[in-house]
Amino acid sequence: MNLSKVLEFSFSPSQRCISDSYHCILGPLGSSFQSWMNPFADTLQSLQDAFSSGRTRPAEFRTTQLEGLNRFLKENREELLAALAQDLHKPPFESEISEISICQSEINLALNSLHQWMKDEYVSKNLATQLDTAFIRREPYGVVLIIAPWNYPLNLVLVPLVGAIAAGNCVVLKPSEISKNVEKIISEVLPNYLDKSCFAVVLGGPQETSSLLENKFDYIFFTGSPRVGQIVMAAASKYLTPLTLELGGKNPCYVDDNCDPQNVANRVAWFRFFNAGQTCVAPDYILCSRETQEKLLPALQRAVTQFYGKDPQSSPDLARIVNDKHFHRLCGLLGNGRAAIGGQSDEQERYIAPTVLVDVKETDPVMQEEIFGPILPILNVQSVEEAIAFIRKREKPLALYAFSNDSKVVHRMLEQTSSGGFCGNDGFMHMTLTTLPFGGVGNSGMGMYHGKFSFDTFSHQRSCLLRSAGMEKLNSLRYPPYAQRSLGLLLSLVENRRKGQCTLL
Amino acid sequence: MGSAMEQLVLRVRKAFQTGRSRPLSFRLQQLQALQRMVQECQKEILGALAEDLHKSEFNAYSQEVVNILGELNLVLEKLPEWVAPEPAKKTLLTMMDEAYIHPEPLGVVLIIGAWNYPFVLTIQPLIGAIAAGNAVIVKPSELSERTATLLAKILPRYLDKELYCVVNGGVKETTELLKQRFDHILYTGSTGVGKIVMEAAAKHLTPVTLELGGKSPCYIDKDCNLDIACRRITWGKYINCGQTCIAPDYILCEPSLQSQIVEKIKETVKEFYGEEIKKSPDYERIINLRHFKRVTDLLEGQKIAFGGETDEATRYIAPTVLIDVNPSSKVMQEEIFGPLLPIVPVKNADEAIQFINQREKPLALYVFSNNNKLIKRMIEETSSGGVTGNDVIMHFTLNSLPFGGVGNSGMGAYHGKHSFDTFSHHRSCLIKTLKMESANQLRYPPNSQSKVDWASFLLLKRFNKGRVGLFFLAFLGILVAITIKKYQAVLRRKALLIFLVIHRLHWSNKQ
Repeated sequence: MNLSKVLEFSFSPSQRCISDSYHCILGPLGSSFQSWMNPFADTLQSLQDAFSSGRTRPAEFRTTQLEGLNRFLKENREELLAALAQDLHKPPFESEISEISICQSEINLALNSLHQWMKDEYVSKNLATQLDTAFIRREPYGVVLIIAPWNYPLNLVLVPLVGAIAAGNCVVLKPSEISKNVEKIISEVLPNYLDKSCFAVVLGGPQETSSLLENKFDYIFFTGSPRVGQIVMAAASKYLTPLTLELGGKNPCYVDDNCDPQNVANRVAWFRFFNAGQTCVAPDYILCSRETQEKLLPALQRAVTQFYGKDPQSSPDLARIVNDKHFHRLCGLLGNGRAAIGGQSDEQERYIAPTVLVDVKETDPVMQEEIFGPILPILNVQSVEEAIAFIRKREKPLALYAFSNDSKVVHRMLEQTSSGGFCGNDGFMHMTLTTLPFGGVGNSGMGMYHGKFSFDTFSHQRSCLLRSAGMEKLNSLRYPPYAQRSLGLLLSLVENRRKGQCTLL
Repeated sequence: MGSAMEQLVLRVRKAFQTGRSRPLSFRLQQLQALQRMVQECQKEILGALAEDLHKSEFNAYSQEVVNILGELNLVLEKLPEWVAPEPAKKTLLTMMDEAYIHPEPLGVVLIIGAWNYPFVLTIQPLIGAIAAGNAVIVKPSELSERTATLLAKILPRYLDKELYCVVNGGVKETTELLKQRFDHILYTGSTGVGKIVMEAAAKHLTPVTLELGGKSPCYIDKDCNLDIACRRITWGKYINCGQTCIAPDYILCEPSLQSQIVEKIKETVKEFYGEEIKKSPDYERIINLRHFKRVTDLLEGQKIAFGGETDEATRYIAPTVLIDVNPSSKVMQEEIFGPLLPIVPVKNADEAIQFINQREKPLALYVFSNNNKLIKRMIEETSSGGVTGNDVIMHFTLNSLPFGGVGNSGMGAYHGKHSFDTFSHHRSCLIKTLKMESANQLRYPPNSQSKVDWASFLLLKRFNKGRVGLFFLAFLGILVAITIKKYQAVLRRKALLIFLVIHRLHWSNKQ
């Protein structure tokens, strides 16, 4: 009898932890006991062995894997769109541009650039090392863990995966159990496109994830909330595992008096209500003067009507809240201030209308946590200085937005605040550029990725200096016994000299 | 006392929030002041190092001070370049916008120094942190007492007292300090304490750079210039009495080489330190009694080829070589950090690679060979923070190379521009205009398939300025030639749209 099956049946369904497609056959009782205590030990060991064999390092292997990802995306496009629709009621347009297209773009970029990225980077040398070879070599870390959230369940799994594979690592993926349908495709279909000895998918909830984190990884990439980010980093500290944390926060959106209210309203509304507001970089709240608020409200209403029609609930272009827990959480926030636009909800569909709240106080619950829903509170400030002071009092957000016709105002906002990323006069467009690093700062995270930044994130940058056995006479300057005269000569060889200075030895 | 540390960090944070540390001119001025400090207080600095580690003036200067002066020269020259925003390549959708990466200070940085190179390991990170525009709290190691006291005395004389502080104390004070919130922590020290630092940092989601240690292996190939190899290894091993994080910790070689290596190292030791090593001004001492006892304990049960003499009163341990060392003996279980050099015989390079890979990733790897292919192989089949081929330690001295560990030997890196990058937040910026709203209509609902196709086109296509600009100009030229004046205004508005349509059709044909 297959021991692994025995163990699977002895535990509750939620402890189903490794996808059927490549569950390891357990050996003698000793190791099976160990596997029961640590259900991931075998999988991780085999991935570690695969990495140690060097299989994932050659460019050909990585290219093959990336091409596998490419085929996965192309051949399962319809299924993925359907799964995203089932999990989040995501409109095909949103799925296309925020999930499929972004992943495709990253895969294409990696395939086109892999050889360039893998090259050794030669660095400038000082006099003492003129005849040597000095370079930075990017090497894979080993076994990498990627933990993904549910709001962009494909994007936030595949984009880091592209980077990890391109960098030559073996990967353990932990997709979110909340976006069940995409999770199913990731665990059942994706492995067929990759080398299964170097890749594993782990399923489960918080319990399984905690258990997983008790193991040693060579790198951890986590996307999720700051609270869980702290737990992940604490777990990583036990093994000194380096990590990237893509977290969240309340992304402020400053709207200046000097602006085109309709243009601003269009942009803010679109980015706020995209994916029903469940976006880590969505504008979380607006800061503007009372006068601007009066102009903005009708403009926002016009935008909502233009986008979703008179009855947003029947629009096919509006997503839904992912589960009941978040739905109820958001309904609680609807009572803050006054709903100038929207405010309706429907529990059966987990629908929340695109809502704009006014008369919101800083102390209201809606201003205490990242909203992550289609609710946009407006708070009033008298000036850009007040807005800056308000923002600086709070945790550094993942994104910051400033709308103004006056570029000086936009730049002032930029200079006097800190955030992961910044966009002037639009929403999270900066994320669509793979040439811009995407990441947080402070409470909103650490590290970055996208494009080449992903490759660098998942690589150890190893300094290499290759000297020759020759030139030993020069080296003798550094050996004892020391004489004062050799000091000057030695210094000239290793120091960086200021340009324009010349010293006679 | 808890509130004392809390108050200190709050004060420093307030100073940072005034924005004083951010302008380039201020950073340059502070770095120049630091440069003056190193030059004017040189005697005191060398004196403190001499007392803490029994280090000669030359050693102190060439091992510590010279690195700082070099770093300062580099940063003073390059900083204007480093602080400038870095433009980023754009897509078609963003081609009219400004896109760049804006390096910004993180805030309040904590630098925890180590005792073995107490000056360079606190000041070199400090330079990077100042250059990046941060406020800094420096916590020198209490084990190198005189240097710690001196730093607390001279730093405030030259640098802005509110932005840059020195905090001294032991484990208790450091623990209290680590409870506070920082925006980055750079720690140099042991793996064990590194874990504690990272755990404390996790509570505040503070990013860390950990410069730790390990056993840096040194493989000596049969085919190499043994004389030179042994000279270089001797230098790197016994410098600072072996108390160097990147010292060659142990040697791996074929058994036939062992006796030759021993002879050559012995000769070199005599050449460097004379007959009576104790009397050589160039040979340092062990930092304190605890480490002295720790290192002498490692001698137990070992075959001493030469050396092995110790003197507790002066904390002197002679340059020592151990042969036929058993991999499971104590001396091979921990980073030695002392002047004992074990030789572990291995059959060949394959076994050496296996040996290295069975152990934690070290901070440095050394390979001596005339065969470049072998060196290449050793690098490719192992992992380490850094590598020097045919020498030891030297990769540390080139500040264009990032200095840091991997796995148990650390995370993150610094030196030169890498320090600046480590202590900065690289903020992505995209600046658009509020105009051109018609272009945005493409993305707004209600949606359709054609919108999806357009979206894919605009997001995936990279903007190649040269080709596009030429095409655009040619097209515009033709238009001007055949158009009547009164249509010019309309065409100007629609030119972008017309161009995009044509380029899009061209692109879809290519697909």
